[in-house]
Amino acid sequence: MITSLSREKGEGMTILLKRVRSLGVKVILYGLLTFIAIFMMLPFIWMLRTSFMPQGEIFGIPPRLISRNMSLDGYRYIIEYGVLKSLRNTFFVAFSFSVVSLFFCSLGGYGFAKYRFPGRNPLFAFLLATMIIPGAVTMLPTYVIMLKLRWLDTFWPLIVPGAANAFGIFFMRQYIGTISDELIDAARIDGCGEFGIFCRIILPICAPGLTSLGLIFFMGAWNNYLGPLIYLRSSEKFTLPLFMMQMSGPPGYSPYRELMGVAVVSVVPLLIIFLIFQRRFTEGITAGAIKE
Amino acid sequence: MARAATDSPSTRRGLWHEIVKNRWAYIFISPFYVSFLIFGFLPVLFSIYLSFHKWKGLGPMEFVGLKNYTYLFGVGGKAFWQSIENGIILFFMYVPIMTFLALVLAVILNSRLVRFFQAYRTMIFAPYVTSMIAAGFTFGLMLQQKGGLFNAFLNMVGLPGVPWLENIWWARVSLCLLIVWGWLGYNMVIMLAGLQTIPRELTEAALIDGASSVQAFFHITIPLLRPVILFSVILSTMGSFGLFNEVMALTGGGPMRATLTTLVQIYGEAFNNYRFGRASAQAYTYFALIFVLTLLQFRYFGREE
Repeated sequence: MITSLSREKGEGMTILLKRVRSLGVKVILYGLLTFIAIFMMLPFIWMLRTSFMPQGEIFGIPPRLISRNMSLDGYRYIIEYGVLKSLRNTFFVAFSFSVVSLFFCSLGGYGFAKYRFPGRNPLFAFLLATMIIPGAVTMLPTYVIMLKLRWLDTFWPLIVPGAANAFGIFFMRQYIGTISDELIDAARIDGCGEFGIFCRIILPICAPGLTSLGLIFFMGAWNNYLGPLIYLRSSEKFTLPLFMMQMSGPPGYSPYRELMGVAVVSVVPLLIIFLIFQRRFTEGITAGAIKE
Repeated sequence: MARAATDSPSTRRGLWHEIVKNRWAYIFISPFYVSFLIFGFLPVLFSIYLSFHKWKGLGPMEFVGLKNYTYLFGVGGKAFWQSIENGIILFFMYVPIMTFLALVLAVILNSRLVRFFQAYRTMIFAPYVTSMIAAGFTFGLMLQQKGGLFNAFLNMVGLPGVPWLENIWWARVSLCLLIVWGWLGYNMVIMLAGLQTIPRELTEAALIDGASSVQAFFHITIPLLRPVILFSVILSTMGSFGLFNEVMALTGGGPMRATLTTLVQIYGEAFNNYRFGRASAQAYTYFALIFVLTLLQFRYFGREE
Protein backbone atom coordinates (compact mmCIF):
# COMPACT_ATOMS: atom_id res chain seq x y z
CA MET A 1 0.00 0.00 0.00
CA ILE A 2 2.60 2.43 1.09
CA THR A 3 5.07 1.29 -1.55
CA SER A 4 2.54 1.61 -4.39
CA LEU A 5 1.59 5.08 -3.21
CA SER A 6 5.15 6.25 -3.10
CA ARG A 7 5.73 4.72 -6.50
CA GLU A 8 2.79 6.64 -7.90
CA LYS A 9 4.15 9.73 -6.33
CA GLY A 10 7.54 8.98 -7.86
CA GLU A 11 6.03 8.48 -11.30
CA GLY A 12 4.15 11.71 -10.98
CA MET A 13 7.43 13.42 -10.21
CA THR A 14 9.21 11.98 -13.22
CA ILE A 15 6.34 12.95 -15.52
CA LEU A 16 6.44 16.45 -14.12
CA LEU A 17 10.21 16.50 -14.48
CA LYS A 18 9.91 15.34 -18.07
CA ARG A 19 7.37 18.05 -18.80
CA VAL A 20 9.58 20.71 -17.27
CA ARG A 21 12.54 19.39 -19.21
CA SER A 22 10.72 19.29 -22.51
CA LEU A 23 9.43 22.77 -21.82
CA GLY A 24 13.00 23.86 -21.16
CA VAL A 25 14.16 22.24 -24.38
CA LYS A 26 11.39 23.99 -26.27
CA VAL A 27 12.33 27.36 -24.80
CA ILE A 28 15.95 26.80 -25.86
CA LEU A 29 14.97 25.68 -29.36
CA TYR A 30 12.59 28.55 -29.99
CA GLY A 31 15.04 30.96 -28.40
CA LEU A 32 17.85 29.89 -30.74
CA LEU A 33 15.63 29.93 -33.81
CA THR A 34 14.13 33.30 -33.00
CA PHE A 35 17.51 34.83 -32.23
CA ILE A 36 18.89 33.68 -35.57
CA ALA A 37 15.76 34.71 -37.45
CA ILE A 38 16.02 38.21 -35.98
CA PHE A 39 19.70 38.41 -36.93
CA MET A 40 18.75 37.41 -40.46
CA MET A 41 15.94 39.95 -40.77
CA LEU A 42 17.74 42.85 -39.12
CA PRO A 43 19.81 44.00 -42.13
CA PHE A 44 16.69 44.07 -44.31
CA ILE A 45 14.86 46.17 -41.76
CA TRP A 46 17.83 48.47 -41.29
CA MET A 47 18.31 48.87 -45.03
CA LEU A 48 14.68 49.88 -45.46
CA ARG A 49 14.73 52.20 -42.46
CA THR A 50 17.87 53.99 -43.55
CA SER A 51 16.58 54.53 -47.08
CA PHE A 52 13.89 56.85 -45.64
CA MET A 53 16.06 58.56 -43.02
CA PRO A 54 17.52 62.03 -43.43
CA GLN A 55 21.31 61.78 -43.53
CA GLY A 56 21.72 63.58 -40.20
CA GLU A 57 19.65 61.05 -38.27
CA ILE A 58 21.12 57.84 -39.69
CA PHE A 59 23.80 57.58 -37.01
CA GLY A 60 21.73 59.10 -34.25
CA ILE A 61 22.46 57.91 -30.71
CA PRO A 62 20.50 55.93 -29.69
CA PRO A 63 19.64 54.57 -33.16
CA ARG A 64 15.99 54.96 -34.03
CA LEU A 65 13.89 52.76 -36.26
CA ILE A 66 11.40 55.48 -37.11
CA SER A 67 11.71 59.23 -37.35
CA ARG A 68 9.22 62.01 -37.98
CA ASN A 69 11.48 63.29 -40.77
CA MET A 70 11.35 60.16 -42.88
CA SER A 71 10.75 60.86 -46.56
CA LEU A 72 11.02 59.50 -50.06
CA ASP A 73 13.64 62.09 -50.96
CA GLY A 74 16.38 59.45 -51.14
CA TYR A 75 14.42 57.52 -53.74
CA ARG A 76 13.64 60.69 -55.69
CA TYR A 77 17.34 61.45 -55.79
CA ILE A 78 18.48 57.99 -56.91
CA ILE A 79 15.82 57.93 -59.64
CA GLU A 80 17.21 61.21 -60.92
CA TYR A 81 20.64 59.66 -60.69
CA GLY A 82 19.59 56.81 -63.01
CA VAL A 83 18.77 53.88 -60.79
CA LEU A 84 15.91 52.77 -63.05
CA LYS A 85 18.25 52.53 -66.02
CA SER A 86 20.58 50.45 -63.88
CA LEU A 87 17.69 48.25 -62.77
CA ARG A 88 16.81 47.69 -66.41
CA ASN A 89 20.43 46.77 -67.25
CA THR A 90 20.54 44.31 -64.36
CA PHE A 91 17.29 42.73 -65.41
CA PHE A 92 18.36 42.54 -69.04
CA VAL A 93 21.67 40.83 -68.22
CA ALA A 94 20.15 38.42 -65.71
CA PHE A 95 17.25 37.50 -67.97
CA SER A 96 19.28 37.03 -71.16
CA PHE A 97 21.92 35.03 -69.33
CA SER A 98 19.30 32.75 -67.79
CA VAL A 99 17.46 32.10 -71.06
CA VAL A 100 20.59 31.44 -73.11
CA SER A 101 22.12 29.25 -70.40
CA LEU A 102 18.97 27.25 -69.89
CA PHE A 103 18.89 26.45 -73.58
CA PHE A 104 22.49 25.28 -73.86
CA CYS A 105 22.55 23.48 -70.52
CA SER A 106 19.38 21.52 -71.14
CA LEU A 107 20.59 20.68 -74.64
CA GLY A 108 23.88 19.37 -73.25
CA GLY A 109 22.15 17.63 -70.38
CA TYR A 110 19.85 15.89 -72.84
CA GLY A 111 22.83 14.75 -74.92
CA PHE A 112 24.50 13.18 -71.90
CA ALA A 113 21.34 11.72 -70.36
CA LYS A 114 19.68 10.04 -73.33
CA TYR A 115 22.36 8.96 -75.81
CA ARG A 116 24.90 6.19 -75.36
CA PHE A 117 27.66 7.44 -77.60
CA PRO A 118 31.35 6.50 -77.68
CA GLY A 119 33.35 8.65 -75.30
CA ARG A 120 30.38 9.63 -73.20
CA ASN A 121 31.86 8.82 -69.80
CA PRO A 122 35.29 10.41 -70.31
CA LEU A 123 33.69 13.48 -71.85
CA PHE A 124 31.38 13.84 -68.88
CA ALA A 125 34.19 13.29 -66.38
CA PHE A 126 36.15 15.97 -68.19
CA LEU A 127 33.18 18.33 -67.95
CA LEU A 128 32.98 17.81 -64.20
CA ALA A 129 36.73 18.22 -63.80
CA THR A 130 36.66 21.66 -65.43
CA MET A 131 34.69 22.91 -62.43
CA ILE A 132 37.79 22.95 -60.21
CA ILE A 133 39.51 25.64 -62.30
CA PRO A 134 39.14 28.76 -60.18
CA GLY A 135 37.81 31.93 -61.77
CA ALA A 136 40.95 33.77 -60.64
CA VAL A 137 43.02 31.85 -63.21
CA THR A 138 40.78 32.51 -66.21
CA MET A 139 39.84 36.06 -65.20
CA LEU A 140 42.78 37.93 -66.77
CA PRO A 141 43.08 36.04 -70.08
CA THR A 142 39.32 36.19 -70.55
CA TYR A 143 39.56 39.94 -70.12
CA VAL A 144 42.22 40.02 -72.83
CA ILE A 145 40.02 37.92 -75.11
CA MET A 146 37.13 40.33 -74.58
CA LEU A 147 39.48 43.21 -75.32
CA LYS A 148 40.45 41.59 -78.64
CA LEU A 149 36.82 40.83 -79.47
CA ARG A 150 36.00 44.50 -78.77
CA TRP A 151 33.41 43.34 -76.26
CA LEU A 152 34.55 45.62 -73.44
CA ASP A 153 31.77 47.86 -72.18
CA THR A 154 29.10 45.59 -73.66
CA PHE A 155 26.89 43.00 -72.02
CA TRP A 156 28.30 40.13 -74.10
CA PRO A 157 31.07 39.13 -71.64
CA LEU A 158 28.42 38.76 -68.95
CA ILE A 159 26.26 36.45 -71.05
CA VAL A 160 28.39 34.41 -73.44
CA PRO A 161 31.28 32.75 -71.50
CA GLY A 162 29.14 31.06 -68.85
CA ALA A 163 26.22 30.20 -71.12
CA ALA A 164 27.01 26.50 -71.60
CA ASN A 165 28.30 25.79 -68.11
CA ALA A 166 29.25 22.52 -66.44
CA PHE A 167 27.01 22.92 -63.41
CA GLY A 168 23.92 23.53 -65.53
CA ILE A 169 24.62 20.57 -67.81
CA PHE A 170 25.23 18.35 -64.79
CA PHE A 171 21.98 19.53 -63.24
CA MET A 172 19.91 19.01 -66.38
CA ARG A 173 21.46 15.61 -67.02
CA GLN A 174 20.25 14.46 -63.60
CA TYR A 175 16.81 15.86 -64.29
CA ILE A 176 16.40 14.53 -67.84
CA GLY A 177 17.71 11.13 -66.72
CA THR A 178 14.43 10.58 -64.87
CA ILE A 179 12.34 10.93 -68.05
CA SER A 180 11.32 7.58 -69.51
CA ASP A 181 12.93 6.47 -72.76
CA GLU A 182 9.65 5.12 -74.12
CA LEU A 183 8.30 8.62 -74.57
CA ILE A 184 11.33 9.60 -76.63
CA ASP A 185 11.25 6.37 -78.68
CA ALA A 186 7.55 6.85 -79.41
CA ALA A 187 8.22 10.35 -80.71
CA ARG A 188 11.09 9.02 -82.81
CA ILE A 189 8.82 6.38 -84.37
CA ASP A 190 6.29 9.11 -85.15
CA GLY A 191 9.01 10.73 -87.26
CA CYS A 192 10.07 13.48 -84.91
CA GLY A 193 13.65 14.70 -85.50
CA GLU A 194 16.20 14.66 -82.69
CA PHE A 195 16.09 18.41 -82.16
CA GLY A 196 12.30 18.30 -82.46
CA ILE A 197 12.19 15.73 -79.64
CA PHE A 198 14.26 18.05 -77.50
CA CYS A 199 12.04 21.07 -78.16
CA ARG A 200 8.65 19.41 -78.12
CA ILE A 201 9.08 16.63 -75.56
CA ILE A 202 12.06 17.21 -73.31
CA LEU A 203 11.76 20.94 -72.68
CA PRO A 204 8.06 20.92 -71.68
CA ILE A 205 8.55 17.99 -69.32
CA CYS A 206 11.57 19.69 -67.78
CA ALA A 207 9.68 22.86 -66.92
CA PRO A 208 10.08 22.42 -63.12
CA GLY A 209 13.79 21.65 -63.41
CA LEU A 210 14.29 24.54 -65.82
CA THR A 211 12.56 26.83 -63.35
CA SER A 212 14.86 25.72 -60.52
CA LEU A 213 18.00 26.13 -62.59
CA GLY A 214 16.76 29.35 -64.16
CA LEU A 215 16.23 30.87 -60.72
CA ILE A 216 19.79 30.01 -59.71
CA PHE A 217 21.16 31.49 -62.93
CA PHE A 218 19.01 34.59 -62.62
CA MET A 219 20.06 35.18 -59.03
CA GLY A 220 23.73 34.64 -59.82
CA ALA A 221 23.70 37.07 -62.74
CA TRP A 222 21.59 39.63 -60.87
CA ASN A 223 24.02 39.74 -57.95
CA ASN A 224 27.20 39.35 -60.01
CA TYR A 225 29.65 42.11 -59.22
CA LEU A 226 33.10 40.97 -60.39
CA GLY A 227 32.01 40.49 -64.02
CA PRO A 228 30.43 43.92 -64.46
CA LEU A 229 33.33 45.47 -62.54
CA ILE A 230 35.83 44.10 -65.04
CA TYR A 231 33.87 44.61 -68.25
CA LEU A 232 31.54 47.58 -67.91
CA ARG A 233 32.97 51.08 -68.22
CA SER A 234 30.31 53.67 -68.95
CA SER A 235 27.96 54.39 -66.09
CA GLU A 236 24.81 54.15 -68.21
CA LYS A 237 25.59 50.44 -68.62
CA PHE A 238 26.17 49.74 -64.92
CA THR A 239 24.27 47.01 -63.17
CA LEU A 240 22.96 47.62 -59.65
CA PRO A 241 25.91 46.26 -57.63
CA LEU A 242 28.28 48.42 -59.68
CA PHE A 243 25.93 51.38 -59.38
CA MET A 244 26.02 50.98 -55.60
CA MET A 245 29.80 50.73 -55.52
CA GLN A 246 30.12 53.85 -57.62
CA MET A 247 27.90 55.80 -55.19
CA SER A 248 29.79 54.75 -52.09
CA GLY A 249 32.44 56.85 -50.43
CA PRO A 250 35.01 55.93 -47.80
CA PRO A 251 33.58 53.79 -44.96
CA GLY A 252 31.30 55.86 -42.78
CA TYR A 253 31.10 58.74 -45.24
CA SER A 254 28.90 57.27 -47.98
CA PRO A 255 25.55 58.88 -48.79
CA TYR A 256 23.93 56.10 -46.81
CA ARG A 257 20.31 57.06 -47.41
CA GLU A 258 20.71 56.87 -51.17
CA LEU A 259 22.98 53.85 -50.97
CA MET A 260 20.39 51.95 -48.96
CA GLY A 261 17.73 53.08 -51.41
CA VAL A 262 19.63 51.38 -54.23
CA ALA A 263 20.19 48.35 -51.98
CA VAL A 264 16.43 48.08 -51.49
CA VAL A 265 15.89 48.35 -55.25
CA SER A 266 18.40 45.56 -55.83
CA VAL A 267 17.19 43.25 -53.05
CA VAL A 268 13.40 43.48 -53.25
CA PRO A 269 12.86 41.97 -56.74
CA LEU A 270 14.85 38.86 -55.85
CA LEU A 271 13.12 38.51 -52.48
CA ILE A 272 9.74 38.61 -54.20
CA ILE A 273 10.82 36.02 -56.76
CA PHE A 274 12.26 33.88 -53.97
CA LEU A 275 9.05 34.02 -51.93
CA ILE A 276 6.96 33.00 -54.94
CA PHE A 277 9.23 30.16 -56.09
CA GLN A 278 10.70 29.11 -52.76
CA ARG A 279 10.22 25.39 -53.33
CA ARG A 280 11.79 25.37 -56.79
CA PHE A 281 14.63 27.45 -55.46
CA THR A 282 15.59 25.08 -52.68
CA GLU A 283 15.16 22.11 -55.00
CA GLY A 284 17.62 23.64 -57.40
CA ILE A 285 20.15 24.29 -54.69
CA THR A 286 19.96 20.88 -53.08
CA ALA A 287 20.01 18.92 -56.34
CA GLY A 288 23.71 19.54 -56.79
CA ALA A 289 24.64 18.64 -53.23
CA ILE A 290 22.63 15.51 -52.52
CA LYS A 291 23.30 12.60 -54.78
CA GLU A 292 20.81 9.80 -54.98
CA MET B 1 47.38 -11.67 -84.11
CA ALA B 2 45.28 -12.82 -86.98
CA ARG B 3 42.14 -12.40 -84.95
CA ALA B 4 43.08 -8.91 -83.92
CA ALA B 5 43.78 -8.05 -87.53
CA THR B 6 40.37 -9.18 -88.66
CA ASP B 7 38.65 -7.72 -85.61
CA SER B 8 39.94 -4.21 -85.59
CA PRO B 9 38.54 -2.97 -88.92
CA SER B 10 35.11 -4.25 -88.07
CA THR B 11 35.14 -2.74 -84.56
CA ARG B 12 36.49 0.44 -86.02
CA ARG B 13 33.65 0.46 -88.47
CA GLY B 14 31.32 -0.32 -85.57
CA LEU B 15 32.72 2.59 -83.63
CA TRP B 16 32.36 4.88 -86.61
CA HIS B 17 28.81 3.63 -87.05
CA GLU B 18 28.06 4.41 -83.41
CA ILE B 19 29.49 7.90 -83.76
CA VAL B 20 27.47 8.64 -86.86
CA LYS B 21 24.35 7.20 -85.30
CA ASN B 22 24.76 9.46 -82.28
CA ARG B 23 25.88 12.55 -84.19
CA TRP B 24 23.08 14.58 -82.64
CA ALA B 25 24.37 13.88 -79.16
CA TYR B 26 27.77 15.31 -80.13
CA ILE B 27 26.09 18.37 -81.57
CA PHE B 28 24.04 18.81 -78.39
CA ILE B 29 27.00 18.65 -76.05
CA SER B 30 29.39 20.59 -78.30
CA PRO B 31 28.49 24.13 -77.11
CA PHE B 32 30.09 23.38 -73.74
CA TYR B 33 33.33 22.13 -75.26
CA VAL B 34 33.57 24.99 -77.75
CA SER B 35 32.92 27.51 -75.01
CA PHE B 36 35.39 25.78 -72.69
CA LEU B 37 38.02 25.82 -75.40
CA ILE B 38 37.71 29.58 -75.81
CA PHE B 39 36.94 30.75 -72.28
CA GLY B 40 38.55 27.96 -70.25
CA PHE B 41 41.33 26.06 -71.94
CA LEU B 42 42.77 28.98 -73.90
CA PRO B 43 42.84 31.26 -70.81
CA VAL B 44 44.48 28.53 -68.72
CA LEU B 45 47.29 28.26 -71.29
CA PHE B 46 47.49 31.99 -71.87
CA SER B 47 47.74 32.46 -68.11
CA ILE B 48 50.90 30.33 -67.97
CA TYR B 49 52.32 32.34 -70.85
CA LEU B 50 51.44 35.60 -69.12
CA SER B 51 53.02 34.49 -65.87
CA PHE B 52 56.41 34.36 -67.63
CA HIS B 53 56.03 37.88 -68.98
CA LYS B 54 55.91 41.44 -67.86
CA TRP B 55 52.84 43.11 -69.27
CA LYS B 56 50.77 46.17 -68.43
CA GLY B 57 47.68 45.00 -70.28
CA LEU B 58 48.60 47.16 -73.24
CA GLY B 59 51.69 47.42 -75.45
CA PRO B 60 54.38 44.78 -75.93
CA MET B 61 55.03 41.88 -73.57
CA GLU B 62 58.47 41.35 -72.18
CA PHE B 63 59.68 37.82 -71.45
CA VAL B 64 61.05 37.64 -67.90
CA GLY B 65 61.34 33.89 -67.34
CA LEU B 66 60.59 32.81 -63.79
CA LYS B 67 61.05 36.31 -62.39
CA ASN B 68 57.37 36.73 -61.50
CA TYR B 69 57.53 33.54 -59.47
CA THR B 70 60.83 34.26 -57.76
CA TYR B 71 59.45 37.69 -56.92
CA LEU B 72 56.28 36.12 -55.52
CA PHE B 73 58.20 33.60 -53.42
CA GLY B 74 60.74 36.25 -52.45
CA VAL B 75 60.49 39.91 -51.60
CA GLY B 76 57.30 40.81 -53.46
CA GLY B 77 54.91 38.19 -52.18
CA LYS B 78 53.95 39.82 -48.92
CA ALA B 79 50.43 40.86 -49.87
CA PHE B 80 49.74 37.59 -51.66
CA TRP B 81 50.85 35.35 -48.80
CA GLN B 82 49.02 37.59 -46.38
CA SER B 83 45.88 36.97 -48.45
CA ILE B 84 46.43 33.20 -48.29
CA GLU B 85 46.93 33.45 -44.55
CA ASN B 86 43.75 35.53 -44.29
CA GLY B 87 41.85 32.88 -46.21
CA ILE B 88 43.00 30.22 -43.74
CA ILE B 89 42.24 32.41 -40.72
CA LEU B 90 38.78 33.29 -42.05
CA PHE B 91 38.13 29.64 -42.82
CA PHE B 92 38.82 28.60 -39.25
CA MET B 93 36.84 31.52 -37.90
CA TYR B 94 33.56 30.98 -39.69
CA VAL B 95 33.41 27.49 -41.20
CA PRO B 96 33.23 25.43 -37.98
CA ILE B 97 30.62 27.75 -36.44
CA MET B 98 28.58 28.04 -39.60
CA THR B 99 28.63 24.33 -40.38
CA PHE B 100 27.71 23.38 -36.83
CA LEU B 101 24.95 25.99 -36.63
CA ALA B 102 23.57 24.93 -40.01
CA LEU B 103 23.54 21.33 -38.84
CA VAL B 104 21.83 22.13 -35.54
CA LEU B 105 19.23 24.32 -37.22
CA ALA B 106 18.57 21.66 -39.84
CA VAL B 107 18.13 18.98 -37.16
CA ILE B 108 15.77 21.20 -35.17
CA LEU B 109 13.68 22.07 -38.21
CA ASN B 110 13.69 18.46 -39.39
CA SER B 111 12.57 17.11 -36.02
CA ARG B 112 9.14 18.73 -36.37
CA LEU B 113 9.45 19.77 -32.73
CA VAL B 114 8.81 23.38 -33.61
CA ARG B 115 5.86 25.09 -35.22
CA PHE B 116 6.25 27.74 -37.93
CA PHE B 117 8.89 25.52 -39.54
CA GLN B 118 8.31 27.18 -42.93
CA ALA B 119 8.55 30.70 -41.60
CA TYR B 120 11.84 30.05 -39.83
CA ARG B 121 13.32 28.35 -42.87
CA THR B 122 12.26 31.21 -45.13
CA MET B 123 13.74 33.84 -42.84
CA ILE B 124 17.04 32.03 -42.40
CA PHE B 125 17.37 31.34 -46.11
CA ALA B 126 16.34 34.78 -47.41
CA PRO B 127 19.84 36.37 -47.08
CA TYR B 128 21.15 33.85 -49.60
CA VAL B 129 19.30 35.56 -52.46
CA THR B 130 20.50 38.98 -51.35
CA SER B 131 23.23 40.86 -53.17
CA MET B 132 26.32 40.71 -50.98
CA ILE B 133 27.22 44.21 -52.12
CA ALA B 134 23.92 45.51 -50.74
CA ALA B 135 24.30 43.44 -47.58
CA GLY B 136 27.95 44.48 -47.17
CA PHE B 137 27.05 48.16 -47.17
CA THR B 138 24.20 47.52 -44.76
CA PHE B 139 26.52 45.70 -42.37
CA GLY B 140 29.00 48.53 -42.75
CA LEU B 141 26.26 50.85 -41.58
CA MET B 142 25.24 48.68 -38.65
CA LEU B 143 28.85 48.12 -37.58
CA GLN B 144 29.84 51.79 -37.38
CA GLN B 145 31.67 52.43 -34.16
CA LYS B 146 29.65 55.56 -33.37
CA GLY B 147 25.93 55.38 -33.97
CA GLY B 148 25.99 51.84 -35.34
CA LEU B 149 23.28 49.41 -34.36
CA PHE B 150 25.55 46.66 -33.02
CA ASN B 151 27.39 48.91 -30.62
CA ALA B 152 24.07 50.33 -29.48
CA PHE B 153 22.98 46.80 -28.56
CA LEU B 154 26.25 46.21 -26.74
CA ASN B 155 25.85 49.44 -24.80
CA MET B 156 22.28 48.52 -23.96
CA VAL B 157 23.41 45.36 -22.15
CA GLY B 158 26.18 47.30 -20.45
CA LEU B 159 29.13 46.34 -22.65
CA PRO B 160 31.50 48.82 -24.24
CA GLY B 161 31.33 49.42 -28.00
CA VAL B 162 33.69 47.62 -30.33
CA PRO B 163 35.81 49.03 -33.21
CA TRP B 164 34.17 46.59 -35.64
CA LEU B 165 35.87 47.75 -38.81
CA GLU B 166 38.90 49.58 -37.45
CA ASN B 167 40.72 46.77 -35.65
CA ILE B 168 42.42 43.86 -37.45
CA TRP B 169 40.67 41.07 -35.58
CA TRP B 170 37.32 42.78 -35.20
CA ALA B 171 37.31 43.47 -38.95
CA ARG B 172 37.73 39.77 -39.51
CA VAL B 173 34.91 39.05 -37.07
CA SER B 174 32.73 41.56 -38.92
CA LEU B 175 33.47 39.91 -42.24
CA CYS B 176 32.61 36.51 -40.72
CA LEU B 177 29.34 37.90 -39.40
CA LEU B 178 28.42 38.99 -42.92
CA ILE B 179 29.47 35.64 -44.41
CA VAL B 180 27.53 33.63 -41.85
CA TRP B 181 24.55 35.89 -42.42
CA GLY B 182 24.69 35.27 -46.15
CA TRP B 183 25.56 31.59 -46.24
CA LEU B 184 24.05 29.96 -43.16
CA GLY B 185 20.67 29.47 -44.83
CA TYR B 186 22.24 27.87 -47.87
CA ASN B 187 24.16 25.37 -45.77
CA MET B 188 21.12 24.70 -43.63
CA VAL B 189 18.94 23.96 -46.64
CA ILE B 190 21.52 21.54 -48.02
CA MET B 191 21.73 19.74 -44.69
CA LEU B 192 17.96 19.67 -44.36
CA ALA B 193 17.79 17.92 -47.71
CA GLY B 194 20.49 15.53 -46.54
CA LEU B 195 18.61 14.80 -43.34
CA GLN B 196 15.48 14.00 -45.29
CA THR B 197 17.33 11.15 -46.99
CA ILE B 198 18.05 9.55 -43.57
CA PRO B 199 15.19 7.24 -42.58
CA ARG B 200 13.46 8.54 -39.47
CA GLU B 201 13.20 5.00 -38.07
CA LEU B 202 16.95 4.87 -37.64
CA THR B 203 17.15 7.59 -35.01
CA GLU B 204 13.84 6.50 -33.48
CA ALA B 205 15.16 2.99 -33.00
CA ALA B 206 18.25 4.35 -31.28
CA LEU B 207 16.11 6.47 -28.98
CA ILE B 208 13.99 3.45 -28.05
CA ASP B 209 17.18 1.50 -27.32
CA GLY B 210 18.01 4.12 -24.72
CA ALA B 211 20.28 6.51 -26.57
CA SER B 212 19.86 10.16 -25.71
CA SER B 213 18.99 12.52 -28.52
CA VAL B 214 22.46 14.07 -28.25
CA GLN B 215 24.04 10.62 -28.66
CA ALA B 216 21.79 9.89 -31.64
CA PHE B 217 22.86 13.19 -33.17
CA PHE B 218 26.57 12.45 -32.87
CA HIS B 219 26.53 8.71 -33.60
CA ILE B 220 23.85 8.42 -36.27
CA THR B 221 22.99 11.75 -37.86
CA ILE B 222 26.50 13.16 -38.28
CA PRO B 223 28.10 10.00 -39.74
CA LEU B 224 25.25 9.57 -42.21
CA LEU B 225 25.41 13.21 -43.21
CA ARG B 226 29.14 13.03 -43.81
CA PRO B 227 28.99 13.44 -47.62
CA VAL B 228 26.79 16.51 -47.30
CA ILE B 229 28.99 18.02 -44.60
CA LEU B 230 32.05 17.34 -46.76
CA PHE B 231 30.39 19.05 -49.71
CA SER B 232 29.59 22.13 -47.67
CA VAL B 233 33.08 22.30 -46.10
CA ILE B 234 34.82 21.95 -49.48
CA LEU B 235 32.66 24.70 -50.93
CA SER B 236 33.52 26.90 -47.96
CA THR B 237 37.24 26.22 -48.40
CA MET B 238 37.24 27.53 -51.93
CA GLY B 239 34.78 30.18 -50.82
CA SER B 240 37.01 31.70 -48.18
CA PHE B 241 39.90 32.34 -50.59
CA GLY B 242 37.52 33.46 -53.31
CA LEU B 243 35.55 35.93 -51.22
CA PHE B 244 35.13 39.09 -53.24
CA ASN B 245 31.82 40.94 -52.97
CA GLU B 246 31.68 40.71 -49.19
CA VAL B 247 35.18 42.13 -48.83
CA MET B 248 34.74 44.88 -51.42
CA ALA B 249 31.55 46.18 -49.86
CA LEU B 250 32.39 45.80 -46.17
CA THR B 251 36.10 46.25 -45.51
CA GLY B 252 37.83 46.85 -48.83
CA GLY B 253 40.49 44.39 -47.65
CA GLY B 254 41.59 46.44 -44.68
CA PRO B 255 42.56 47.42 -42.10
CA MET B 256 46.20 46.69 -42.89
CA ARG B 257 45.26 43.92 -45.34
CA ALA B 258 43.68 41.92 -42.52
CA THR B 259 40.67 40.99 -44.64
CA LEU B 260 42.37 40.98 -48.03
CA THR B 261 41.37 37.73 -49.72
CA THR B 262 43.26 36.08 -52.55
CA LEU B 263 40.76 36.94 -55.27
CA VAL B 264 40.69 40.59 -54.21
CA GLN B 265 44.50 40.61 -54.18
CA ILE B 266 44.79 39.10 -57.67
CA TYR B 267 42.10 41.40 -59.03
CA GLY B 268 43.88 44.44 -57.61
CA GLU B 269 47.29 43.37 -58.94
CA ALA B 270 45.84 43.08 -62.44
CA PHE B 271 43.23 45.79 -62.74
CA ASN B 272 44.50 48.43 -60.32
CA ASN B 273 48.26 47.97 -60.65
CA TYR B 274 48.24 46.70 -64.26
CA ARG B 275 50.74 43.94 -63.49
CA PHE B 276 49.23 41.15 -65.54
CA GLY B 277 52.29 38.91 -65.38
CA ARG B 278 52.58 39.01 -61.62
CA ALA B 279 48.84 38.60 -61.22
CA SER B 280 48.94 35.48 -63.42
CA ALA B 281 51.79 34.00 -61.39
CA GLN B 282 49.73 34.59 -58.27
CA ALA B 283 46.63 33.06 -59.85
CA TYR B 284 48.58 29.93 -60.76
CA THR B 285 50.13 29.57 -57.33
CA TYR B 286 46.67 29.97 -55.85
CA PHE B 287 45.27 27.33 -58.22
CA ALA B 288 47.95 24.85 -57.16
CA LEU B 289 47.25 25.48 -53.47
CA ILE B 290 43.50 25.08 -53.84
CA PHE B 291 43.96 21.92 -55.85
CA VAL B 292 46.15 20.28 -53.20
CA LEU B 293 43.87 21.44 -50.41
CA THR B 294 40.76 20.00 -52.05
CA LEU B 295 42.54 16.71 -52.69
CA LEU B 296 43.65 16.51 -49.06
CA GLN B 297 40.15 17.19 -47.85
CA PHE B 298 38.78 14.44 -50.03
CA ARG B 299 41.41 12.05 -48.79
CA TYR B 300 40.92 12.77 -45.10
CA PHE B 301 37.21 13.22 -44.88
CA GLY B 302 35.83 11.44 -47.90
CA ARG B 303 37.61 8.14 -47.46
CA GLU B 304 34.50 5.98 -47.25
CA GLU B 305 32.85 7.22 -50.42
